[in-house]
Amino acid sequence: MIRLTINNKAIEVPEGTSILEAAKANSILIPNLCYLEDVQKIGSCRICVVEVKGMPNLQASCVTNVKEGMVVHTNSQRVRKARRVIYELILSDHPTDCLICERNQACELQTLGEILQVGETRFSGERSKIIVDDSSLAVVRDHDKCILCRRCVTTCNEIQGVRILDMIHRGFASTISTGLELPLGETSCTNCGQCVNVCPVGALKEKDATEMVWEALQDPERTVIVQTAPAVRVALGEEFGLEPGSNVTGKMAASLWDLGFDHVFDTNFAADLTIIEEGTELLQRLITNLYLDGVITEEQVKKTGIEPLTEKVALPMITSCSPGWIKYAEHYFPDQLEHISTCKSPHMMLGALIKSHFAEISGIDPDKMFVVSIMPCTAKKFEANREELRNDGRKNVDAVLTTRELAKMIKDAGIDFLNLQDRDFENPLGISTGAADIFGVTGGVMEAALRTVYEIVTGRELPFEGLHVGPMMGLDRIKSATVTIENPTEAFSFLDGAEVGIASTSGLAGAATLLAEIKEGKSPYTFIEIMGCPGGCISGGGQPRMTSEETRIKRMKGIYTEDESKTLRKSHENPFITKIYEEFLEKPLGHKSHELLHTHYIKRKKY
Amino acid sequence: MSIATCRVDTMDEQDKFALLTQVIEEYERKPSNLIQVLHYAQSIFGFVGADVQRVIAQKMDLPLAKITGVLTFYSFFSTAPRGRHIISVCLGTACFIRGGQPILDHLKEILGIDVGETTEDQRFSLEIRRCIGACGMGPSLIIDEQVFKRLNVSGIEQILDEFE
Repeated sequence: MIRLTINNKAIEVPEGTSILEAAKANSILIPNLCYLEDVQKIGSCRICVVEVKGMPNLQASCVTNVKEGMVVHTNSQRVRKARRVIYELILSDHPTDCLICERNQACELQTLGEILQVGETRFSGERSKIIVDDSSLAVVRDHDKCILCRRCVTTCNEIQGVRILDMIHRGFASTISTGLELPLGETSCTNCGQCVNVCPVGALKEKDATEMVWEALQDPERTVIVQTAPAVRVALGEEFGLEPGSNVTGKMAASLWDLGFDHVFDTNFAADLTIIEEGTELLQRLITNLYLDGVITEEQVKKTGIEPLTEKVALPMITSCSPGWIKYAEHYFPDQLEHISTCKSPHMMLGALIKSHFAEISGIDPDKMFVVSIMPCTAKKFEANREELRNDGRKNVDAVLTTRELAKMIKDAGIDFLNLQDRDFENPLGISTGAADIFGVTGGVMEAALRTVYEIVTGRELPFEGLHVGPMMGLDRIKSATVTIENPTEAFSFLDGAEVGIASTSGLAGAATLLAEIKEGKSPYTFIEIMGCPGGCISGGGQPRMTSEETRIKRMKGIYTEDESKTLRKSHENPFITKIYEEFLEKPLGHKSHELLHTHYIKRKKY
Repeated sequence: MSIATCRVDTMDEQDKFALLTQVIEEYERKPSNLIQVLHYAQSIFGFVGADVQRVIAQKMDLPLAKITGVLTFYSFFSTAPRGRHIISVCLGTACFIRGGQPILDHLKEILGIDVGETTEDQRFSLEIRRCIGACGMGPSLIIDEQVFKRLNVSGIEQILDEFE
């Protein structure tokens, strides 16, 4: 332990702690801006400077580690004066149109102004160029508001490994930009939006869809249908002052009814459907290869009821729910795309079903339908615009709102969210099991798939306590395990004793590691779950800012609590899933499924 | 670098890219050698354009944004074609005090370009340098590899006439 004094307070902290963190742990807050816990400590903005006895210059406390006997002052006149000058200098190149900025009252620079109580801005001079890049379908960059803190650069490069952002030019001309300063929409950006989540000001935001949705809601000609992703319900409350992880499913549904949506469905229904389709696809891939390799006979294949394909297929199979991950794969691993499940992501599946099956049973003209998805995700905005995700020329989903955008609409509509009475989703596309809830968290899709696939193969429930696959839970970057199949049903007897390697990762840096193994032919896995954002959809690019480790854990707990509170916790037990196969889809991987629920991927360039 | 300069005059684009690949191989694709690779690239192509940046990024497995970032940080590098002659005006402290800025302003006026730009006839590109080590003889400038010292505004046109 290191002993030092901060503001004359004697404290003790472990070696390697920065002054900023040591102070925080002892109830002393040092104002800061570019620093972001677990993400970045670079001492770039200088706001966190402190006085250290014996050192002639002020030190950035986020990058200066404590030393034995150190004497630190964080609020001396010298420090306060310097901090204000630094703040004023940042403001000298920042617009002061706070009242009409979308980060108004949710801006770190603004909050800092309140803390520092700077009464005047003495410096005025040349301003950086005003460039707004709205070329991307998901993320908008407003350089005018950028304070060059580099959090987005660090996140894009080190946390996500996508590496499209960097500091370009020098001195006053410096900007955060892309290679060749290309518009974002022309780069290999995955639209994950993690940069948007860490931006302290209004320089990075999602592409607005609220206006489009308002217009649709006001149009009497259109039937406006909404669906909500699993991770939204444990984060939306934060925008109204609730703790992260608070479950607001009922209030969320109520607010959607109050906003005037004609039908309120749940993407979770399609998550259950995804498990049936994707689980069957996994078994089909396994059986196909075993059959074509001559390990099992035609007789054995027939007993499983699964039709094998005519050519060998790629294993391991990787999940396909995360559109950030999909675009990443298309750019960075174009030769490994056949490993990705052909299942559309759940909200696109539901969109396709709404405009086909639901249109049929409700008698609503699908051309007059406007389907809105509420997602924790910015990449879904790009996904919804994919040409290959249309049926009969119609988009499966017409607009995607992030969790943040929904909160804005609720506030704008004057809905008293916290005092709403809980309401339910609508049937038949609104009922889901606990397996669908956990789609929102890393390891969840894997667990949900295992709950169903294991039962199909063995006729018994997944042998894990509380149905939770422990090794797939938690926030480690890469998680792996082996599931041994014991005493399968007669149809699957050839799988007796088989050891199935599984892995899950969240955040694209982990995906790169697992894909590199596949590329080299060294992957020990059969089934891999990849989610584009660290922690999964709970910390998606469209979720309330800031997503710290603590926030992630709370949202994760919220998701598991929701799952455990359900009577039905396995996708195949959802009675409406059974019904939709009986009445409409016929069978998993059947003709209708292929047409409506499956897709293909596009090889793209890295540079 | 001068060897590369001699050889590239007669090369076509394909040979230039082959030479660039050879340079990258010689530098073992190490990220720490990026600046050397970029120097060679500029010698081979005259500037480091979009295609060249893409090739370097791909072959060295570096982010394209990193390449653009390094290129735009150092004023020696150019990402657009440059003129036949490069005028570098010294604005180091000594030259600046001795009148480097009026020299630069005059050049901008008669060439009709800003710093970092090239004249339409591709004759001159204008750059600034921070100290060329001729502090006692400022203000000074360099055209290609020739140093001009103790300048005054009125003599500038005469110097430019020497370069076609």
